[in-house]
Amino acid sequence: MSSAPDTSATAMPKNYLNEKITVSSWLLTLDHKRIAILYLVSLLAFFLIGGLAALVFRVELMTPEADVLRSETYNKFFTTHGIVMIFFFLIPSIPAVLGNFLVPVMIGARDFAFPKINLASWYVFMFGGVLALIATIAGGVETGWTFYTPYSTMYANSNVILAVCGAFIAGFSSIMTGLNFIVTIHKMRAPGLTWFRLPLFIWAMYATALVILLGTPVVAITLVMIFVERAFGFGIFDPALGGDPILFQHLFWFYSHPAVYIMILPAMGVVSELISCFSKRRLYGYRVIVFSSLAIAVIGFFVWGHHMFVSSQSTFAGLTFSFLTFFVAVPTALKMLNWIMTLHKGSVSLASPMLYAFGFLGLFVIGGLTGLFLSTLATDIHLHDTYFVVAHFHYVMVGGGVMGFLGGLHFWWPKITGRMYPEGLAIFAAIVIFIGFNLTFFPQFQLGVHGMPRRYHVYPEEFQVLHIASSTGAMVLGFGYLIMGAYLIWSLKFGKIAGKNPWNARGLEWETDSPPPTHNFHETPVVRHPVYAYEYASETSNEPDVQSEKGHV
Amino acid sequence: MDHPVVPVKTYLTIFGALMVLTALTVWVAFIDFGHGLLNDTVAMSIAVLKALLVLVIFMHLKYSAKILWLIAGSSVIWMIIMIGLTLTDYRSREWIESQAHRAIPWASNPPIEQAAPAADDGHH
Repeated sequence: MSSAPDTSATAMPKNYLNEKITVSSWLLTLDHKRIAILYLVSLLAFFLIGGLAALVFRVELMTPEADVLRSETYNKFFTTHGIVMIFFFLIPSIPAVLGNFLVPVMIGARDFAFPKINLASWYVFMFGGVLALIATIAGGVETGWTFYTPYSTMYANSNVILAVCGAFIAGFSSIMTGLNFIVTIHKMRAPGLTWFRLPLFIWAMYATALVILLGTPVVAITLVMIFVERAFGFGIFDPALGGDPILFQHLFWFYSHPAVYIMILPAMGVVSELISCFSKRRLYGYRVIVFSSLAIAVIGFFVWGHHMFVSSQSTFAGLTFSFLTFFVAVPTALKMLNWIMTLHKGSVSLASPMLYAFGFLGLFVIGGLTGLFLSTLATDIHLHDTYFVVAHFHYVMVGGGVMGFLGGLHFWWPKITGRMYPEGLAIFAAIVIFIGFNLTFFPQFQLGVHGMPRRYHVYPEEFQVLHIASSTGAMVLGFGYLIMGAYLIWSLKFGKIAGKNPWNARGLEWETDSPPPTHNFHETPVVRHPVYAYEYASETSNEPDVQSEKGHV
Repeated sequence: MDHPVVPVKTYLTIFGALMVLTALTVWVAFIDFGHGLLNDTVAMSIAVLKALLVLVIFMHLKYSAKILWLIAGSSVIWMIIMIGLTLTDYRSREWIESQAHRAIPWASNPPIEQAAPAADDGHH
């Protein structure tokens, strides 16, 4: 997708896309909506790179021998996949694209509190991303995305420093975005928009921003420590110099476990919006969901040691972290029950965004429950570093995070671009993606239970059937993404005009034009109803001439 | 913003204080207090004092709303979580180690080498 705005300026009234169309008006824009588009285009490019890397090593894994990639090259491919997907796609995905676009619109503001910091965050992000890509192109990194010491500081003969710098710099971009979210949500809500009238997407963004601000500085410092140990020989993680390699894992996971919640909380926010809109009901247990988001943000910081059960972490610490980890399942389960209760007796319609929400519900439950296997100290000893773990976190991050992102992208696409995509194709793609995903990752649970370790590309022949299933699934998944990309690009020019509120949804973003004018609203909106007020008829913008969700069941 | 204008003299004074404290840290590092922990405590106390000066004066916390105190305070709490839970690992590593060489308290306690030679092999 190019960043060129909608070309048919005549069809649309003046809006943020067609007001100015020069290159500099895009690259120097302070409009949060355009910055969101800049992020969208760059993140999709990173997603493509990370996805292609995955396809290459899935092809390699179709046979038990090493026939496509040598061991070191294989390591570089999965490292590229991990670094790109985590640092340059999943972490920024929903906050930087949908959050950037929607937070000011949903709270009735004209822009973020700090528009220049917002633009700077994109440049910082791109700088970090380019460094990481240079590290890949200039020979690659083979440490895995976790950069574990002592391998990363003492043994790896690759561009570790460059990749670490890339991740470090991208972290600052997250911090800038998080800061903007918190200040904007505190200070710039429309008249009448009290805290408990905020859409749950906003609450999710708020909780995410807290995690970002409290966690990211720690990983930044940790990556700097790798840098100074590798470059100048300071003894931090190297036992020969008086350091401790396990200290790296502590510091790294203090951020990187909460980072899982940076990826999943926004997706939960999206799913809350989708379920409410496509059940045409106020969310059951609104406040429970609000507080469970905050609880996840806090408890998420108490559990990191469960990544280290089989390291030389003490058994006592292992027990403590195992015990604490179970607590994080509680707020997550509360959310799940409230979503299901919302569906119950709701007027449910199966439009394409809702299919992604259903995908999220099913896949995230599997991802979450298999997490309990891993947080149990004893079973983790068996399952640690096997494909079971790989399957578990892909169910959480792809089944949860990416499904949420795609659902949100489809839901707000008419708002972002002003046009509808072909709904039939969208439903088809959603189903292909769902099938492809499960075909890829479900066999990996079995592989893991039977002892297939992760990060190996040569394996006993008995595992081949499951590996072939998984690789086939990866191709189906890739095909699903391709269909989606194709019709979304097509819709930019040829899609039906969406109108203000194509889904008959509630919320301030649906009361302004699609696409919104540069300053979001023609006049400052005033909020008079509780959130998700489906019991009231839509006041402004439910135009009957636009596509409604009823036609797609 | 309604921050009062802070006189340049205040900034210079604080800068001077930070420099003096830095010199103090270096000087103290060469004194052996006899116990390693005591040296760490002194160094960390000076560092905390310096951080407070930066936060309160340079970063204008002194002139800010209470919510900014709350935010700054929460980062301190988060640091305590990080250091505290990390120490649950470091401080407890010897516990398990020493327990392996002790008889189980609630069993009748013969020396472990004689009681269970087969199970004991795993620890060496």
